[in-house]
Amino acid sequence: MLSKAKLWLGLALSTLMFWSAGLHAAWELNMPRGVTQMSRDTYGLHMTIFWWVVAIGIVVFGAMLWSIIHHRKSKGAKPATFHESTKVEIVWTLIPFAILIMMAIPATRVLTDAYDTTGSELDIQITGYQWRWEYTYLRENMDEEEVSFFSILSTSREEISNAIEKSENYLLDVDKPLVIPTDTRVRFLMTSADVIHAWWVPDFAIKKDTIPGFINETWVVVEEPGIYRGQCAELCGIEHGFMPIVVHALPPEEYQAWYAEQQQAAAEIRELASAEMSMEDAMAQGEQIYNQNCVACHQANGQGMPPVFPAVAGSDKATGDRLITMDTLVNGVPGTAMAAYGRQLNPIQLAAVITYVRNAFGNDTGDLVQPTEVNAYIQEGQ
Amino acid sequence: MSAAHDHHHGPAKGISRWLFTTNHKDIGSMYLWFSFAMFLLGGTFALVIRAELFQPGLQFVEPNFFNQMTTMHGLIMVFGAVMPAFVGLANWMIPLMIGAPDMALPRMNNWSFWILPFAFAMMVSTLFMEGGGPNFGWTFYAPLSTTYGPPSTTFFIFAVHILGASSIMGAINVIATILNMRAPGMTLMKMPLFVWTWLITAYLLIAVMPVLAGVVTMMLFDIHFGTAFFDAAGGGDPVLFQHLFWFFGHPEVYIMILPAFGIISAIIPTFARKRLFGYDSMVYATASIAFLSFIVWAHHMFTVGMPLAGQLFFMYATMLIAVPTGVKVFNWVATMFRGSMTFETPMLFAIAFVVLFTIGGFTGVMLAITPVDFQYHDTYFVVAHFHYVLVPGAVFSIMAATYYWLPKWTGYMYDETLGKLHFWLSFIGVNILFFPQHFLGLAGMPRRIPDYALQFADFNWISSVGGFLFGFSQLILLFVIIKCVRGGKKATAQVWEGAQGLEWTVPSPAPYHTFETPPDPTLIKAQ
Ligand code: HEC
Ligand SMILES: [Cu+2]
Repeated sequence: MLSKAKLWLGLALSTLMFWSAGLHAAWELNMPRGVTQMSRDTYGLHMTIFWWVVAIGIVVFGAMLWSIIHHRKSKGAKPATFHESTKVEIVWTLIPFAILIMMAIPATRVLTDAYDTTGSELDIQITGYQWRWEYTYLRENMDEEEVSFFSILSTSREEISNAIEKSENYLLDVDKPLVIPTDTRVRFLMTSADVIHAWWVPDFAIKKDTIPGFINETWVVVEEPGIYRGQCAELCGIEHGFMPIVVHALPPEEYQAWYAEQQQAAAEIRELASAEMSMEDAMAQGEQIYNQNCVACHQANGQGMPPVFPAVAGSDKATGDRLITMDTLVNGVPGTAMAAYGRQLNPIQLAAVITYVRNAFGNDTGDLVQPTEVNAYIQEGQ
Repeated sequence: MSAAHDHHHGPAKGISRWLFTTNHKDIGSMYLWFSFAMFLLGGTFALVIRAELFQPGLQFVEPNFFNQMTTMHGLIMVFGAVMPAFVGLANWMIPLMIGAPDMALPRMNNWSFWILPFAFAMMVSTLFMEGGGPNFGWTFYAPLSTTYGPPSTTFFIFAVHILGASSIMGAINVIATILNMRAPGMTLMKMPLFVWTWLITAYLLIAVMPVLAGVVTMMLFDIHFGTAFFDAAGGGDPVLFQHLFWFFGHPEVYIMILPAFGIISAIIPTFARKRLFGYDSMVYATASIAFLSFIVWAHHMFTVGMPLAGQLFFMYATMLIAVPTGVKVFNWVATMFRGSMTFETPMLFAIAFVVLFTIGGFTGVMLAITPVDFQYHDTYFVVAHFHYVLVPGAVFSIMAATYYWLPKWTGYMYDETLGKLHFWLSFIGVNILFFPQHFLGLAGMPRRIPDYALQFADFNWISSVGGFLFGFSQLILLFVIIKCVRGGKKATAQVWEGAQGLEWTVPSPAPYHTFETPPDPTLIKAQ
């Protein structure tokens, strides 16, 4: 009976194997060593404790197996009568205790090191949002142009719904990665605008919660230039599985060049925001922004998922007074999942998406909202 | 007692037997059947999860429904399957083990069972409400579960209140029974370990269930009455939620494993035909684990950014738990050593428990190392860890107990061949299901995600295959139990050659009323 069951299991497994051969074969078994001193220390601790438990396992399971083989009734084993020994109990209390102390010492050292956030050369604020990350480079001089941007999943919805083939970095690609210099002590200040998220990049051995109302700190010195990927690690709502992290570590000179470019781009956007936008431009850009930012709740057809996520198609707030639509987008609806996009999107993007929701899904109001108008609205609010 | 009261009256007829019963055996059976039903329901939700994770991409369910499945699976398995199963075993076995005629508070016993189906009916009905059921994980962290929770959260809170009340009543009953109703000669240090572990578990329940009730009540106030306990925008503190939750949650983990230790400590000596090694140290180890369980809660929160001193304290305290837990495992192995073993189904489950629970313990020690926990935390490594201690741990112990005492409950021997088949399929299935999850976690897969990057594809489909194998194997258990209830080879009072204890001195099946007069004190031997 048993062998029959095994046969079936074997058959089922090999069929499956054959069938899934088309998928990426990746049999990664262990934690990455990573690219920082901290990640290598962590890996070292992980392997040390791993070999300790393997050794203990061999002794304990070995003794068990030996008893199971030799001390069975079918082999005529007669039960012994011993049933206690204070000496033995003391021995097997003290040995594990000693092993634990040997583990605790290096663990304490590494942890203390992880908590030393002094001496940073660059500070970056990371803010978690449902479901994106905001990276803000803290300036020393407030007259400088600020570099701050959002980083959102760029894997297409078609890939997720299996309509088209999945790309190599499926679910691990963003529109705009965080960029940091190598060989530089970078400090991250972490917080959240809504629920708790956790920022995790395995190659750095950093995982820290971003919590509304708190600022957590951690630091990193990346030694090798490269692209490092991670994900949000704390359940944060519907799209929790879809908020990846991508970090580009560049050599310091390249980083400086990138940073200067970003400052310039920020200045340009401020300029552009004073220009007029055409209806076609606004609708095209608005659709793109809607698909990136809003579909998770309001759905691609604008019907939402009532009652939690209302429809924008035909809704009063999207078809009525344009100021109300603007208010909903810029300030969000406090106490609900509708976030304030006033910071997340720039005035051009806001104008585009407002125009889009007021004209798409049969909301044909014919209204075109300009960046200047949004900008004025935001300034007024402050 | 007068002669008029001396005759045994059997159970009432029909449905009223079950609705109004105050008999510990009837109530024990109802708890066990209820738990089994919840096990199948929670298992079905797990299979939805494993089906969705069989391949990358979204195949069967929306992310929001996926989150409801992970949440409901956890809540139902913890509160509906594992805890009621242990309460059922306590009801059936504690009076039989200590020579008591019934539980100390039989009417409360009836009540604590009968509110459970209502609590779970309410909890599960949230899945059909507008906006869906709870979707914030069984740990329901605020503010995801408060400001951002679905409207049905209120029903979830009420259900938790009822479950908590049921648990507290059950715990009071266990304590009152053990402390007051032991037969003459049954001193504390002669009690079977199952009784000891339950006594300690009951104290844990009374200590932490009110904290759980408190924390859900604070959520209720945040949601409906404008307070801001956990809302940073109103001056509240989301981390406070986690401290309160895990002050309940960590002892809760031991509530689900201490009675399992008691069961294994009964089964291994029986089938090794040798007294349990180190009885006293087993009692002290249980008490130490219970004590430590109150001072380690924040090891679930190493990434929230506690101060260094706090991190170090919780790391050291957590590592310490390995010591008494190790003592237990060593004692079980020493009991098997130089015994005369046979391998009936209960023993197979007990041996698998020792091995696989120990593997879960090993990963537990690894998780205690705070800086490494930063990598493990909230990944599939943690999922693998706690499923190893809960499934081949707690759940296997419940199955072992079922096979072990089924002849005493029904009066018939179960089908040993089917029992062994059930064991082997479960054993193989559970390892295919959970072992690869260690690799997934180490390679970087976060938990609670409905879709994943391509490098996680292989171990995920393997895990899913194991999940379906394990899940469907449980139908064999259902079949074995039904078959055994309906008949089979007659069981003797002793049932197992090497079994010790008062429960084996009454006939099989155990009569509706037992120990109306205390047992002969010479029957009570040191364990
Ligand atoms: C996290 C989910 C979520 C996302 C993402 C989201 N919204 Fe909303 N939105 C809501 C919720 C919830 C409401 C209802 C708030 C309330 O109760 O008044 C809402 C309301 C609205 C309304 C008013 C609808 C009405 O009649 O009440 C508009 C317009 C709107 N959102 C547009 C957008 C746009 C445009 C985006 C993308 C930039 C977006 N939303 C992104 C959740 C979301
Ligand atoms: Cu997140």
